[in-house]
Amino acid sequence: MMNLLPLIVLMTSFLAAMVIFMLPEQEHRLRSLVNLGAAVLKIALILLLIQYVVAGFRPELRLEVLPGLSMILRADALAMLFAGLSSMLWLFTTLYAIGYLEGSPNRSRFFGFFSLCVASTMGISLAGNLFTFFIFYELLTLSTYPLIVHRGTPESLRAGRIYLAYTLSGGAVLLIGIVAIYALAGDIEFGDLQRVAEMAPDLHPLLHLVFALLILGLGVKAALVPLHGWLPIAMVAPAPVSALLHAVAVVKAGAFGIVRVVYDVYGIDYSWQQGLLTPLAIVASITILYGSLRALQQTDIKRRLAYSTVSQVSYIILGITLFGPLGTIGGLVHLLHQGLMKVTLFFCAGNYAETLGIHKINELDGVGTRMPLTSAAFTVGAFGMIGLPPVAGFISKWYLGTGALLAGMDWVVAVLVASSLLNAAYFLPLLYRIWFKPVPDSWPHEMITRYRDTAPLLLFPALATALLSIAAGLFAGLQISPVGWAELITLREYLP
Amino acid sequence: MSSSAVIFSLAGIGLCAIGLFGFMLHTHLIRKLLAFNIMGSGVFLLLVGMAQRSGHTDPVPQALVLTGIVVAVSATALALYLIRRWLQLSGSTELPEDDRR
Amino acid sequence: MMLNAPIPLLMITPLAAAVICMLLSERSRLLVSFAAVLIQLLASLSLLLLLLQQGPITHPLGSWEAPLGIALRADGLAVLFVLMTSVVAGIAALYAALYLTPGPLRAHFWPLFWFMWAALNGIWLAADIFNLYVGLELLSLAAVGLVAFSGSKEALVAAIRYLLAALLGSLAYLLGVALLYGAHGTLSLSDLSQQMQPGVASSIALAAMAMGLLLKSALFPLHTWLPPAHGGAMTPVSALLSALVIKASLYILLRLWIELRIHELAPDASQLLGWMGALAIAWGGWMALRQTLLKRVVAYSTVAQIGYIMLMFPLLRADNAEASTLALQGGVLMVLSHALAKAGMFLAAGNLILCTGRPELSALAGTSQYRPLSIFGFGLAGVSLMGLPPSGGFSAKWLLLQSALASAQWWWIPVMLLGGLLSAAYVFRVFHYSFKEAENSDTFHRPGVGLEICALALSAASILLGFIATWPLHLLTLPDILPLAVLPEGSLEQSLELLQTPTYETLHGTSEQQP
Repeated sequence: MMNLLPLIVLMTSFLAAMVIFMLPEQEHRLRSLVNLGAAVLKIALILLLIQYVVAGFRPELRLEVLPGLSMILRADALAMLFAGLSSMLWLFTTLYAIGYLEGSPNRSRFFGFFSLCVASTMGISLAGNLFTFFIFYELLTLSTYPLIVHRGTPESLRAGRIYLAYTLSGGAVLLIGIVAIYALAGDIEFGDLQRVAEMAPDLHPLLHLVFALLILGLGVKAALVPLHGWLPIAMVAPAPVSALLHAVAVVKAGAFGIVRVVYDVYGIDYSWQQGLLTPLAIVASITILYGSLRALQQTDIKRRLAYSTVSQVSYIILGITLFGPLGTIGGLVHLLHQGLMKVTLFFCAGNYAETLGIHKINELDGVGTRMPLTSAAFTVGAFGMIGLPPVAGFISKWYLGTGALLAGMDWVVAVLVASSLLNAAYFLPLLYRIWFKPVPDSWPHEMITRYRDTAPLLLFPALATALLSIAAGLFAGLQISPVGWAELITLREYLP
Repeated sequence: MSSSAVIFSLAGIGLCAIGLFGFMLHTHLIRKLLAFNIMGSGVFLLLVGMAQRSGHTDPVPQALVLTGIVVAVSATALALYLIRRWLQLSGSTELPEDDRR
Repeated sequence: MMLNAPIPLLMITPLAAAVICMLLSERSRLLVSFAAVLIQLLASLSLLLLLLQQGPITHPLGSWEAPLGIALRADGLAVLFVLMTSVVAGIAALYAALYLTPGPLRAHFWPLFWFMWAALNGIWLAADIFNLYVGLELLSLAAVGLVAFSGSKEALVAAIRYLLAALLGSLAYLLGVALLYGAHGTLSLSDLSQQMQPGVASSIALAAMAMGLLLKSALFPLHTWLPPAHGGAMTPVSALLSALVIKASLYILLRLWIELRIHELAPDASQLLGWMGALAIAWGGWMALRQTLLKRVVAYSTVAQIGYIMLMFPLLRADNAEASTLALQGGVLMVLSHALAKAGMFLAAGNLILCTGRPELSALAGTSQYRPLSIFGFGLAGVSLMGLPPSGGFSAKWLLLQSALASAQWWWIPVMLLGGLLSAAYVFRVFHYSFKEAENSDTFHRPGVGLEICALALSAASILLGFIATWPLHLLTLPDILPLAVLPEGSLEQSLELLQTPTYETLHGTSEQQP
């Protein structure tokens, strides 16, 4: 039973997707019920799984799909980190999407693929080897495409095409890397570090090449510069999709894949000894700075947030490359923190657009008076991104900075400081406009007038994730906090 | 290999070549079909001719050629039927220029 | 019980059904056909069981021994193809029964359909190169009839082109048979495989046979007859042609290549086939991208996929048992998953055309909104064709990639991956049209639920194949069977060990208890 749990977790959203596809378009209540029921059930199951993992079990299920090649679903501590994040944010995003899409067509298709997308994310987090990881990684591409082109406008169809061109090519490169490492070392399960470490020294250059291929393939979804081009373009998708893409699903899948490759395939020791981490750290640093600089230039709120994602996701990768427990904790914990904060920001951006038709930054003037709660949540998210205490982002940056010093990579601290300044430069003017500029005579396109702020279903998820972002920072000392969990992973799996 | 076998084989190969040439060159469908039949006869001749090499007659190629003739006759019949339908529908004995939609 | 002798049953049922169908009224034809489909399914399953119990089986038809009699044999490869045919043709028959409106058209379908099935089974089970010829000819005639029977002008032109190409291909093959018999005095594949020596006559013979088979398989640049024939036929016929009929000549080519050890005697020819395959992938994919008619997209995709299957030939290396085994497994899995996916895709495309009432791609706008099930069937098949996981197509690609690495022929890797991206481009182009905003509300027709289920079943099977690929592959590793012919001496045990799994061992165990 315990070993079936990973499959059941996967199946809750997969079956929810199938049921939703089958439901007629007008069954809105039933569909919402299925959606939310599955989301709550999944959280419960994940909590149960976490209990097992804390107790030292590792529930696992395998199926041989090709001779000598298995599909493995396994719940280890790292998997639970990502699965926990996805299941929690899925609930909030679903709530938000139900409110957001109220009255619009094609909801059956949208929510079906939405659930399928989460099922893929679950598969990615629970994958026990690169083969399984790749299966769900590609499934994620397939299930996000219909969400991006959801509106069917020429612009969104173009965005869909560019998204596919990037991600499918990245997938092809990743596949070469995976096939190559299977040819060299056989079916490497995550955590089985002996295989690579004991490889004959003359194979090391080949292993380095394969490492580069894997990172290149994963870097497309993780939006490493210069592979990030799809991300700002995919912004035309509806706001809940952007939230999902940026906080939970696509970019995180890429970052999580890099975590798995570095820690669970090559091993942090091997990667460090062979000097594989420094080039990765440099790429991540360039991405952090470039993303922030480009964010500064944007006049569209969602595009600014998109470039901010480019920059923030690379914090995770930067943390991984810092050899030592603190860097590891910083990277892993940012996986969660960035998700919470970015999802808040996207919810708020969606609220501005849906309520008042605000898309551009200069339209934000005085919106704090009209939508105080949404704006408060936005402020929390922005403070987190800048790294101000007590919001969670501060914790991430603290660990990253001290981790860099311990790893002897002092220049990383300079990158962190520069990027924090840039973060402040592109978020503070927004906050200034929101709170301190006078209210204009009319809003660009006011749609929701019934409520003081905005529709409850749009407001509640944004507030909840904002509160969670603060809580993750305030209660970082608790064992159930993201930091506590990242420490557990670090202690248990990487530095035995 | 006996001399008659050589003659049969050479004649067979010759017929094949003539048939292939005609098949490629002609656009008139009936001519194409005739060329195909000539090619077929060439192959049958080759089969029978090859069989005579060991002095006594080998029954296997005879059986094969018989089967082959049956197959060729049915193929020709089908082709004739299709060509006649085409003539009725379009009034032409040639296929239209390649359509590459 | 006749099921104890599945091999004659597999031959006699379709032939009998074809003849009976010609004699009966239209309604009865349907009933006879359903009964015969059922018998075929049961017979294929019982053949599978027999193979698992006894290993490869030979069966002299009517107890006439070779060379004059017709010997049939069933090894793992043959049984896989028999099963594939039963599944795909069975579902296509159901689809046809629902799709074709009652009348003379539907009446004509059944005899042709059954002759086609008989020919396919004859080819899968043939033990000598002449029976393969007879099977090929019968198959071509039935297939041409199926293309032509809708009676339209376009169908007729396509059928005549197809017939001319098929006749030329058959004759080239027969020429090769004549030369081989002249050189070796035998027609049996197993005898030939022992006697095969390099020589001028054999080389010319094999070249002629290969040319003929490639023409029938529509390998680039010999493919021009295929798109009009497959794209222009009626939907269930298109599915049968692309999924099964094309595979017959490929199957014969594979048999010749391995059993007559061409991969060993002429490795350059294998490379040539691979490069022709690479060109086919590029050309077929490019042309599929430029089509304006939905079924033409699917037809050109077949051209590309044939090229993909061809990539197995250069990877069958006599000097590398591991690469050869992987290549054979990958190639066969590719054939199986393409059969399922392409049949599913053609049926789904037919459903979409029924929805919109027009054959153009541009008519699809709004279908994803109002007919998601039809698009979903198309999409599932597309996943397998693109080689994205989890699907049979992906597992096949994985095996072929591994084989390319194992035999150090890295240049096939970009070919395979770019081919996958190209197929993604044309499959997603269809989605692109279907996701376009529709101007008006639901004006689409509603294809029957049965039609949708047929398409979905085939497409879903191509996905499912990705999860259960081990068992068809184990059939290929049963002892005393074809792929091991490619292994050099002594590596047999090693490669068996490589492929062994608990499933295999349980099978092996039962076969030892029942000698």
